[in-house]
Amino acid sequence: MTTATDILTAEAYENPYALSHLDALEAEAVHIFREVAGEFERPVILFSGGKDSIVMLHLALKAFWPAQIPFSLLHVDTGHNFPEVLEYRDRTVAEHGLRLHVAKVQDFIDSGRLRERPDGLRNPLQTVPLLDGIESNRFDAVFGGGRRDEEKARAKERVFSLRDEFGAWDPRRQRPELWSLYNGRHSPGEHVRVFPLSNWTELDVWQYIEREKIELPAIYYAHERDVFKRSGMWLTAGEWGGPKEGETVERRQVRYRTVGDMSCTGAVDSDATTVADVVTEVAASRLTERGATRADDKVSEAAMEDRKREGYF
Amino acid sequence: MSTELHHTTPALETGSATALLRFATAGSVDDGKSTLVGRLLHDSKSILTDQLEAVTTASQQRGQEAPDLALLTDGLRAEREQGITIDVAYRYFATARRRFILADTPGHVQYTRNMVTGASTAELAVVLVDARNGVVQQTRRHAAVAALLRVPHVVLAVNKMDLVDYAEPVFAAIAEEFNAYAASLGVPAGRSGGLAPENWSTAIPISALAGDNVVEPSAHMDWYGGPTLLEHLETVPVGSDPSDEPARFPVQFVIRPQSAEHLDYRGYAGQLASGVLRAGDPVTVLPSGLTTSVAGIDVLGKQTDIAWAPQSVTVRLTDDIDVSRGDLIAAGAAPESTQDVLATVSHLHERPLRVGDRVLLKHTTRTVRAIVKELPYRIDIDTLDRIPQPESLQVNDIGQVVLRTSEPLALDPYAVNRHTGSFLLIDPADGTTLTAGMAGEAF
Repeated sequence: MTTATDILTAEAYENPYALSHLDALEAEAVHIFREVAGEFERPVILFSGGKDSIVMLHLALKAFWPAQIPFSLLHVDTGHNFPEVLEYRDRTVAEHGLRLHVAKVQDFIDSGRLRERPDGLRNPLQTVPLLDGIESNRFDAVFGGGRRDEEKARAKERVFSLRDEFGAWDPRRQRPELWSLYNGRHSPGEHVRVFPLSNWTELDVWQYIEREKIELPAIYYAHERDVFKRSGMWLTAGEWGGPKEGETVERRQVRYRTVGDMSCTGAVDSDATTVADVVTEVAASRLTERGATRADDKVSEAAMEDRKREGYF
Repeated sequence: MSTELHHTTPALETGSATALLRFATAGSVDDGKSTLVGRLLHDSKSILTDQLEAVTTASQQRGQEAPDLALLTDGLRAEREQGITIDVAYRYFATARRRFILADTPGHVQYTRNMVTGASTAELAVVLVDARNGVVQQTRRHAAVAALLRVPHVVLAVNKMDLVDYAEPVFAAIAEEFNAYAASLGVPAGRSGGLAPENWSTAIPISALAGDNVVEPSAHMDWYGGPTLLEHLETVPVGSDPSDEPARFPVQFVIRPQSAEHLDYRGYAGQLASGVLRAGDPVTVLPSGLTTSVAGIDVLGKQTDIAWAPQSVTVRLTDDIDVSRGDLIAAGAAPESTQDVLATVSHLHERPLRVGDRVLLKHTTRTVRAIVKELPYRIDIDTLDRIPQPESLQVNDIGQVVLRTSEPLALDPYAVNRHTGSFLLIDPADGTTLTAGMAGEAF
């Protein structure tokens, strides 16, 4: 009897044209970057120095090789950044001769256009600087590293996601997306969010980082750090506002699964010091990366849906 | 046969040839589709602890005792409140053998367009029926859409077998009726590798609620000797053999670095829609019809002399001829360029499509103006009857159109190539996607 394993072995090793899942995902993402380059005037890549945006940049560099990428980068800076990430960002920009725009939450707080939230979370404050950055630079296509596996509302997001002049996402106004035909037409003032990693999972991203030997900021790997516990997560002690009274700082071996604002991004206990260790850890994890590390997503069952409607990433 | 999954086998090799399978699910409102999808994700250990906790809490708030797995897939607040699924949702899971992308499409009568959308990229469609009801109007409709969209494989999942005492004759009768209907659709040859109708669809008796034959073999149906649903998904052949197909390469972007190091580099970036392209191959550029040959191929930064679908590559040509975005580089028998397009369409928008409408037509990387010249017929998707000369095509209608385009298009018949045979019609006023088109006859 022919078993499932026999058939698959034949598929993997005897078909010289078989593509691995990483090759297939890479080909799709590169196709998306090139469609945008072909159809838009002023595209920009949202670049936070997090692993998903680093993978996006890597794919873009490959898509247009040996030419420069025909996009600039935009970083929405919450002011509570990990120094390792900012250092990585600036080094990468210099290395590839890229152009970086920075929209700072702090500038908006200083000018009174935004107010600090009582809970100190700055992730929800990013929407205004983001939309302002898009409008003032007249960006018409904005690449984001969002993946559909991250969250339920993201699972219904298109690869090309039309946003109105307020940056708002209306799930009922989404265009059906068929085959690999992406409709990027938009009116003046509107823009399109583009998600080349839509079909990637966290594990795919890590496997790709391993395969392509992509360098990441060191905080993605296990290291010793002073942390304290809040809402069940390990937060970094620092000038942004922690720890409060009653929260005890301890030194633990941790790593970050996501990299965002220090005020709401939690570290996880980990001894994964290499990319291969991380791939193993992610494959065995019983928590989603947002569930494990993002305080702002725990607010309500529809937290992400609501923020997307307001123009969030 | 093993059903070990990546969470229990973290040794999943990176860079190994784990293939990707894109599939779609379709079912009527009460066939238990959300439960099936939840079961597939849950039993394949793709649902993580925090997701299950959220579902458990939400179920308790609604007064349900057991976690309602349907809540895992109903993503938007509007859906949860109304208990409906309003759009295609994409789900991801993996086993040690394959990575899966599932397009979960709602089964309401009015949402045919969502199934068309989900099926357009699917290599397999799961059509769900309730064992108590058998093949109903919705089932025929879903099978017809899968055939129309040339989905290479279909699974008929006969659900709720626990409610018919796991009786073989019930299953056998439903499977037979479905196969007969599938045969009457004149199932796609072409891209599905010339599959005979009896190989197009596979029937599997399951209970999504009890978990029979979804991931684990059923203890209640000894009479069934076939694979579980997951085993079938893991082993069904993926993709077609590109060496059997003529090469089609729509040009997306011209890469000209004009740097000191790459002063004379001129490459055409694109993704192979079908076939194999080799250095030295003679090619035709369409619609101009100019001929030249492939000088070399760069696969994302590495020089090579061969590339195949669906790789994204950059092609360099021997002669310095005029090639730009929207052109097609073709090897083998080239498609004819034409300004008169006959196609089967699925209308997607509330704005109807009428004779005389002026639209944009997006085909591969080329967008041209087009006029609707004729609407020869509408297809009643339940009976497959052709209703001649409809006044218009309404949302969810399927029919035939004749279009005249402002510039020639190099279209293959959709039955032969799902990429170079498909197109969108777009409203030029506001960019709304109106219609999905497939070149050639429907069935």
